[in-house]
Amino acid sequence: MIAKIEQDHSRFKQIVRGKIKRELKKYITQTELIGRKGKNIVSIPVPRIELPRFRFDGRQQGGVGQGDGDVGTVLGAGDPKDGSGHAGDTPGEHMLEVEITLEELAQILGEELELPNIEPRGKKSITSEKEKYTGISRVGPESLRHFKRTYKEALRRMISSGTYDADNPVIVPIREDRRYRTWKITSIPESSAVIIYMMDVSGSMGPEQKEIVRLESFWIDTWLRSQYDRIDMRYIVHDAAAKEVDQETFFHLREGGGTKISSAYKLCNQIISEQFHPDDWNIYLFHFSDGDNWDGGDTAECINILENDLLPRSNLFCYGQVKSAYGSGDFLYGIQEYFPNEPRIVTSKINSKDEIYESIRAFLGKGR
Amino acid sequence: MNLSPELAQIRDEIKGYALEYGLDPFETIFEILDFDQINEVASYSGFPTRYPHWSFGMEYEHLKKSYAYGLHKIYEMVINNDPSYAYLLENNAMVDQKIVIAHVYGHTDFFKNNYWFSATSRKMMDGMANHGTIIRRYAEKYGHDLVESFLDVALSIDDLIDFHSLFIKRNPSIRPVPPEEEDEEPPEVRLKSKYYMDDFVNPPSFVEEQLKKIADTKSQMMKFPPHPEKDILMFLIDNSPMENWQKVLLSIIRDEAYYFAPQRVSKIMNEGWASYWHSTMMTEKCLKDSELIDYADHHSGTLASHPGSLNPYKLGIEIWKDIEDRWNKGKFGSEYDECDNMEELRTWDKELGLGRQKIFEVRRVANDITFIDNYLTKEFCEKHKLFTYKYNDVTGMYEISDREFNVIKQKLLFQLTNFGQPIIHVVDGNYKNRSELYLVHSHEGIDLDVNYARDTIQNIYQIWKRTVHLETRLNEKGKLFTYDGKDHIELNINN
Repeated sequence: MIAKIEQDHSRFKQIVRGKIKRELKKYITQTELIGRKGKNIVSIPVPRIELPRFRFDGRQQGGVGQGDGDVGTVLGAGDPKDGSGHAGDTPGEHMLEVEITLEELAQILGEELELPNIEPRGKKSITSEKEKYTGISRVGPESLRHFKRTYKEALRRMISSGTYDADNPVIVPIREDRRYRTWKITSIPESSAVIIYMMDVSGSMGPEQKEIVRLESFWIDTWLRSQYDRIDMRYIVHDAAAKEVDQETFFHLREGGGTKISSAYKLCNQIISEQFHPDDWNIYLFHFSDGDNWDGGDTAECINILENDLLPRSNLFCYGQVKSAYGSGDFLYGIQEYFPNEPRIVTSKINSKDEIYESIRAFLGKGR
Repeated sequence: MNLSPELAQIRDEIKGYALEYGLDPFETIFEILDFDQINEVASYSGFPTRYPHWSFGMEYEHLKKSYAYGLHKIYEMVINNDPSYAYLLENNAMVDQKIVIAHVYGHTDFFKNNYWFSATSRKMMDGMANHGTIIRRYAEKYGHDLVESFLDVALSIDDLIDFHSLFIKRNPSIRPVPPEEEDEEPPEVRLKSKYYMDDFVNPPSFVEEQLKKIADTKSQMMKFPPHPEKDILMFLIDNSPMENWQKVLLSIIRDEAYYFAPQRVSKIMNEGWASYWHSTMMTEKCLKDSELIDYADHHSGTLASHPGSLNPYKLGIEIWKDIEDRWNKGKFGSEYDECDNMEELRTWDKELGLGRQKIFEVRRVANDITFIDNYLTKEFCEKHKLFTYKYNDVTGMYEISDREFNVIKQKLLFQLTNFGQPIIHVVDGNYKNRSELYLVHSHEGIDLDVNYARDTIQNIYQIWKRTVHLETRLNEKGKLFTYDGKDHIELNINN
């Protein structure tokens, strides 16, 4: 028995996600199963596609049941036939949605935002080769002879040429009958990526701003992970000076003081030079700030580093400017002015949590 | 995987009991599957070789998730085929396997001996595999998407069949014949009589009536189809301008629909019968003392009903037991029906012992409709607390609407009639003399789901390729839904 259900199953899932056969989308209904996972009651979403057919209006139909109760006793909002009548009969318990893996999530994210799959950087991506014995050929070394197929061919030839004798079923393969296994070389691309997050932790970045950064980087992370086998992450925080930190610190640190963005860019540049050779790595740079840079010509310095060092080496540089009460937000205009048509730079302004969605689309929508 | 020696021994033992009790099952081949395999096979309704379609993937997703969260477990699957195939779940406990094997023999006995199954193909294992091969080949030749889309259309009308037509001997070549008036003799309608009696034997009114009858028959024959046709699938296969592969495909869908139809019209009986026999065999013959608790647990799980809903296993087995009890005690016939002494009725026992004989007779001839119609009694409804429910528009809730025996019985029968689906006929295949298709829904008190009806008409249009009409009633008014290839039109009509 072969796992042929896999095909039908994945086809179904694709339809549900609206990837193929959109005309069926309107027939999708979300039913749910109520299950238990440990202590929690969980709701398991089970999408179904009900093909149109002549059927009765369910509300008028009613049915027959069994049990106690007087005429007029309420059975519930769902049709008791569906057996879902017991849903929600345990108030106060926590209901969780389950059955979604990060991988699926990334896929859904990609489809929802219509993110293109990312193209690895040309020939620089590494591939490895693998041989697989998949085919059959008429020529080949004897050691790879496929006995069963050879025998079948011989049998077929003898029957069709009439030399097969059912009473004395001796099958003699001749040269033309021989079949051999053959292999195919498939190359498996191995791409790897590094994301370097940079964040402004100067006095003006409050908890709300950090929350936005955290959410956005989570989604970016999820998406990029679905695209690359190996992914490395580095975190840089900066105020007037920059330092590399771990993930935990990155999201929780609150420094004070001034802002000197160039410090972060310099550190970033240094990390790339030391650890991630651009020939081998897809490099993604994300920088979040409230755009309130130090006045003394630091923005010019930043643009200089970007232009000469960071941009030539990276796939994408994304600058997200979070709105804060204190920031002037000038840095964004500085970048936009200097690089009006640079495809590797994406900027976006994130005023509130609701705009994260659009911002991700802006950052990753190019498929670089 | 085949049965382990231990299971094989149990199978032989149980089969022995089955034969002893007078069951007459098909030869049954048991196979052991793990849970994923059994979910897969169940998604294909028991046929691992079926044609590819996403709907099976949908079933699989459902089964897989319910299994993963412990909501639902398939213990067994059995296929109506000769020999029958039964799949057992690998890691069932031994006592579960016993129950399941006994249950399976109940099913295969039912398949073999119930009249309604007699017209089904008993080589469907091969049949389904052939269907699968044909459809796969078409998919390769004409494109997967094209074939799949056509399957979507075909599956959306796969219940437009006439279940009883399996038992009708038809002359498939009956077609309307154009009348050839010139070379036709005027029909002889006058009865033979002496001339002096003619005015009495053949009065003018009689002659007129006969002529009218002939004209009626003729105009009936001119109609297309001559009589309203319920097997709409057949009508479409015969008369639609389809490509050949599409005709084959639609025939396959129709064939499978007919194969599954008897299982749909005997679900209550069939599950009840199998449950009756597994409980009889287990409790009378093969249960070990140590297995009692597990058996009781499994058995009650099978028969459990959610509050409010009706479990066909439970309803079935209880009616079977009730029939057996009534015929054992002679609680039937006019004497019993006319007795109105409550105490006498309660202790009624004529010691006839006809129970077993009666249930075997019923299992041979009945289907769910006649089963409920003949053997559901008022006492039974009261004892098992049956009720009808309906949707309350005001509160948005389902609630109990009645506990009256006749109402319950009527509702049950309604749900079983035509698989609980609306009854629809092709009345005219040449409507307005423009080859338009005219369908009529026989309205029995419940309206159609309008949106679904519209889309279904649209699907039929894809096959018929000309305007399709559906006559029905909506909110007590006659309605005609029409799809002409571009737009949906809705007309009020009087009927």
